[in-house]
Amino acid sequence: MEANEEQVRLLDADGNLLAHPVYKVDLEDDELRRLYRHMAVVRRIDEEGVNLQRQGQLGIWAPCKGQEAAQVGSAVALESEDFAFPSYRELGVAWVRGLDPVAVFRLYRGVHLCGWDPREHNFGPYAIPIATQALHAVGYALGMKWEGVEQAVITYFGDGASSEGDLSEALNFAAVQAAPVVFLCQNNQWAISVPVTKQAAAPIWRRGPGFGMPGVQVDGNDVLAVYAVTRAALERARQGEGPTLVEALTYRLGAHTTTDDPTRYRPAAELDLWTGREPLGRYRAFLERSGLWSQELSDEVQAEADRVAAAVRHGVETMPDPPLRDLVEHVYADPPATLTRQFARLEAFEAEFEGAGR
Amino acid sequence: MASVTMAKALNTALRDALESDERVVVLGEDVGALGGVFRITDGLQKQFGEQRVLDTPLAEAAIAGVSIGLAARGWKPVPEMQFDGFSYPALDQIISHMAKYRNRTHGALTAPVTVRIPYGGGIGSVEHHSESPEAIYAHTAGLKVVSPSSPADAYSLLRESIESEDPVIFLEPKRRYWAKEEVELPVRTAPIGQARVLREGSDCTLVAYGPMVKVALDAAVAAEEESLGSLEVIDLRSLVPLDVDTLVASATRTGHVVVIHEAPEFCGFGAEVAACVSEEAFLSLEAPVLRCAGLNVPYPPARLEEAYLPGVDRVLWTVQRSLEF
Repeated sequence: MEANEEQVRLLDADGNLLAHPVYKVDLEDDELRRLYRHMAVVRRIDEEGVNLQRQGQLGIWAPCKGQEAAQVGSAVALESEDFAFPSYRELGVAWVRGLDPVAVFRLYRGVHLCGWDPREHNFGPYAIPIATQALHAVGYALGMKWEGVEQAVITYFGDGASSEGDLSEALNFAAVQAAPVVFLCQNNQWAISVPVTKQAAAPIWRRGPGFGMPGVQVDGNDVLAVYAVTRAALERARQGEGPTLVEALTYRLGAHTTTDDPTRYRPAAELDLWTGREPLGRYRAFLERSGLWSQELSDEVQAEADRVAAAVRHGVETMPDPPLRDLVEHVYADPPATLTRQFARLEAFEAEFEGAGR
Repeated sequence: MASVTMAKALNTALRDALESDERVVVLGEDVGALGGVFRITDGLQKQFGEQRVLDTPLAEAAIAGVSIGLAARGWKPVPEMQFDGFSYPALDQIISHMAKYRNRTHGALTAPVTVRIPYGGGIGSVEHHSESPEAIYAHTAGLKVVSPSSPADAYSLLRESIESEDPVIFLEPKRRYWAKEEVELPVRTAPIGQARVLREGSDCTLVAYGPMVKVALDAAVAAEEESLGSLEVIDLRSLVPLDVDTLVASATRTGHVVVIHEAPEFCGFGAEVAACVSEEAFLSLEAPVLRCAGLNVPYPPARLEEAYLPGVDRVLWTVQRSLEF
């Protein structure tokens, strides 16, 4: 899938800044450097995720390698009061929102079904059933609108999700109600083994106008373009002008998850092509050309990435299993007696085996 | 005392909930100007406006999913599914998210949504308008499942459901919408989770909920008139939580139990009642717990529904099988 005329790009393949009639970069030098820092740290944590899974510390990991610009660029555009409803690969968004990355690993280690308090960083629980979170985003955004606050919601999903009914229902509902929500499709071109050409006959962003909202395709490996497009869409939402569909065209450089083997379905030449287009190198070239790169920055970023990765590894390796009680906690605010009885029976059973080497 | 239909009681409950808590919103297909196809939301949009009584696009998964998002934001959504048979597109949202949000986030983000679903048959309608999906919801951890049988209970249980911190599937027996009762609203009856013994008896316990409660009561009257026996009638009122104690106390007293529901018998809610009673009152039982229920067939065309649905005669016939065991 190639870039097209309508696609928003602010950086060319070599990191040269491109002029765009609508979208501009309004970031200070430090903020520009921070984008790189975020992407580099996220890539390092993500690699640690794959390693930890290979070493048996995680049940599974869903790598985001290659999608750092789409995630970091869009997340940096959010205000702290905005709310994000992720899919299950949004490590980059979680990091920018300020989550302790160890929290994300609780889910994949199997000690928790979420791992964080969504209210703490306005970052919702991972939603594994495809596209379902888009509807939650619409409801949450509608609530914001009714409260009269200038806040917005962003929801993340992939190209595969574009085939699900929930996404179409969400786009439609949001447009009818002018809900302040940005639909951010990370089109990474593969839904496990099925290429986007088998998901959709027309570009995903073009559905926006059909539902009554703008649709924008942005180069998802151009962190500045993703930032600028998302920022404008969020601002539009906050001003009461309704939802926007953003398609960030990117590429999943890793496997769908650590249980997947992409060599079974993905041509090596395609992987090579997109490896050459990966977002970090391109953005580093931009920083160099802009005089914002230095050995000091490079060392700092490396040190931070190593430090965070070590903290994640330590956090995962020392993560305790949940207590038995977690089985029945928080199922209901007011649990039925039948559940209380079931748990009492389980506890009695467990007690009989205590000390029996089990 | 005023003579009130269940439809009016539900309408009043929604009105009072909208009035007492500004976070309450009613949403669904045709709930606005029309007042819903059964008029349960009649006049509410006029009184509370288009935002708090929201006509949604015709999309059940969206109605459920948007309700979850609203609830996460702190609102108290009361979505309506237009008919039982049209509620299935919402199942993924209800099962995968509404029921699990609290558990998944350890209570940080919850989805206290009250999903109203008119359910059950006996109204001579076309396909997909007469189904009884309660077992699906009762089997889904995280949901409460409530079904009233009278106007007073309809009012009280709906108010309590909307106030609940847990998501509630509120199943309205549509064939009972127009049945009247002398009652002064607002009224609070027994809380969710408490079954009621509507009629005491000594020979056999009839267990019912929603639309079958009237059938059970009529059967008990007929049994007395025809000297078939003294039947006790229990209205479960909520399937989750299930009031096992009331069931077991009654079964222990009578030694005979017949469960009645419209839904198909196999893996229906009656199986749970039978299992609970067998586990807790085995030595008091003089016969196996019997089920008088629908058949495991797609809901039949209207001209066959009388045969499909448990009626007074089939209930009494089942009671006799129990008593003669």
